[in-house]
Amino acid sequence: MAAVGRKYTKWILFAILIIVAAFIIFPILVVVMNSFKGNLFISSTGAFQLPNEQSFVKMANYVNGVARINFFSAFGYSLWITIASVVFILLLTSMLAWYITRVKGRVTSIIYYLLVFSMIVPFQMVMFTMSKFANMIHLDNPVGIIVLYVGFGCGMSTFMFSGFIKSIPVALEEAAMIDGANPVRTFFSVVMPMLKSTAITIAILETMWVWNDYLMPYLVIGTEYRTIPVAIQYLRGGYGSVDMGAMMAMLVLAMIPVIVFFLACQKHIIRGVLAGAVKG
Amino acid sequence: MEKSLRRYFPLFALPALICFTIAFLIPMVWGFVLSFCEFTNITDAHFVGFRNYIRAFTVDNYFTQAFWFTLAFTVVTVITINILAFALALVLTKNVPGTNAFRTIFFMPNLIGGIVLGWIWQVVLNGVLANFQQTLLSDSKYGFWGLVILMNWQNVGYMMVIYIAAIQNIPTDMLEAAQIDGANGRTTLFRITIPSVMPSITICLFLTLTNGFKLYDQNLALTNGAPNHQTEMLALNIFNTFYSRTGFEGVGQAKAVMFTIIVAAIALVQLVATRSKEVES
Repeated sequence: MAAVGRKYTKWILFAILIIVAAFIIFPILVVVMNSFKGNLFISSTGAFQLPNEQSFVKMANYVNGVARINFFSAFGYSLWITIASVVFILLLTSMLAWYITRVKGRVTSIIYYLLVFSMIVPFQMVMFTMSKFANMIHLDNPVGIIVLYVGFGCGMSTFMFSGFIKSIPVALEEAAMIDGANPVRTFFSVVMPMLKSTAITIAILETMWVWNDYLMPYLVIGTEYRTIPVAIQYLRGGYGSVDMGAMMAMLVLAMIPVIVFFLACQKHIIRGVLAGAVKG
Repeated sequence: MEKSLRRYFPLFALPALICFTIAFLIPMVWGFVLSFCEFTNITDAHFVGFRNYIRAFTVDNYFTQAFWFTLAFTVVTVITINILAFALALVLTKNVPGTNAFRTIFFMPNLIGGIVLGWIWQVVLNGVLANFQQTLLSDSKYGFWGLVILMNWQNVGYMMVIYIAAIQNIPTDMLEAAQIDGANGRTTLFRITIPSVMPSITICLFLTLTNGFKLYDQNLALTNGAPNHQTEMLALNIFNTFYSRTGFEGVGQAKAVMFTIIVAAIALVQLVATRSKEVES
């Protein structure tokens, strides 16, 4: 009797999960569906109807949208900024983390606490002065913005690296130094290989942040170089009029790389989320 | 080793610290100073004391309104997200068929950026509301609940992953012992499962709390504060104060300082809460 009851509950739970999954997938399907419809048929009672003879516009929204916001150049900027920022964050902050963890002193502990402090300060606090300052010292281009991402992303990354470095015995590094390796060699051939799994976690977290970031690229380089989120928001136009067809198509294009990235590195992403959550 | 490493400060520490100084330290200190100044461009600033802080509340009531809106939004989302995420985590740790596929699907919205999310939900919600001759912007309650639904859609999967890991870490012998002692489902849940995952609950509560308070992109893309600033959250209000009225940059900066104090206070409470939990266990 109990076994029968348990079997029932299992299927009831399964049904609930299916409903939740449908709720998750539904909005995405709506967007995909509407990306093939003419402007008039979106954002009205017809938003949930499949494209029909009247509303179907083939790939027109895609062609139109890609041209209007220059999607592929936005994709290029997003990709470049994300990859370059993450690579430099990983390299520079792992070095900084090793230094401030192994060299004890007042200066290094002040640096550590400043970095921790930077993690809790919201972007709104610095956005105005940061974008003005970036403009003054000519960092307002796709190369300069990397400096800002390293600087703003350095708190969390250094914090996580140094948390891990604290847990590895210093003896290995000391042995390498006694054998005549200088600190540079010791770092790159002894310390760095051990940081691999922490580095993957950090890379995932920073990638998710930089790729989706809107305000910083908008304020710093937005007038000339648009990343994907900036380009999409730009479709809104000045007077509240939105080309919804093009918008739908661009949302689909914006989601594709994210979903591919997720399916490709799902295991790392979930591990990264768990490690990232515990840091706080 | 420490001695020989110490000399390598310029190589190891300096590059990251230069970036940190440019991107964070200078803008932070400068921003703090400017919150006591009136300026339209940072070169013409002059000291005005606490005038900006007072004007933040007296020129219009949008900042206060944004505060209450943000607070209400945060309270609602903290509760709903955590209950839903915990419930899903419980179900997904019960050997239901397709567990892995469900987990993947539920987590996925989390990776989609705020701007894209806002526009996705704008279409869906407007499509639903169109049946009642309404739009998202016709009443602030639609914007409010729209944001709540969006936030749940995005964050439940993330919190769920954290809860699943915590539930899986509960020692099975503890659960078995409870079963042998005749504990029913509810007793096990409240006496064993929930107390064992308490640290994760604390983490998720604070994650949802700060996510709610700092929300910007989704707010911008979904309603952009309409109608008449009624769905404007704190971050968006600060942005609009800075960039949509000249002469109000100082007020914007003063609001940003107050915003930072709120967010930092939440983080501090979290630190104390997690520390005391660690001591207990």
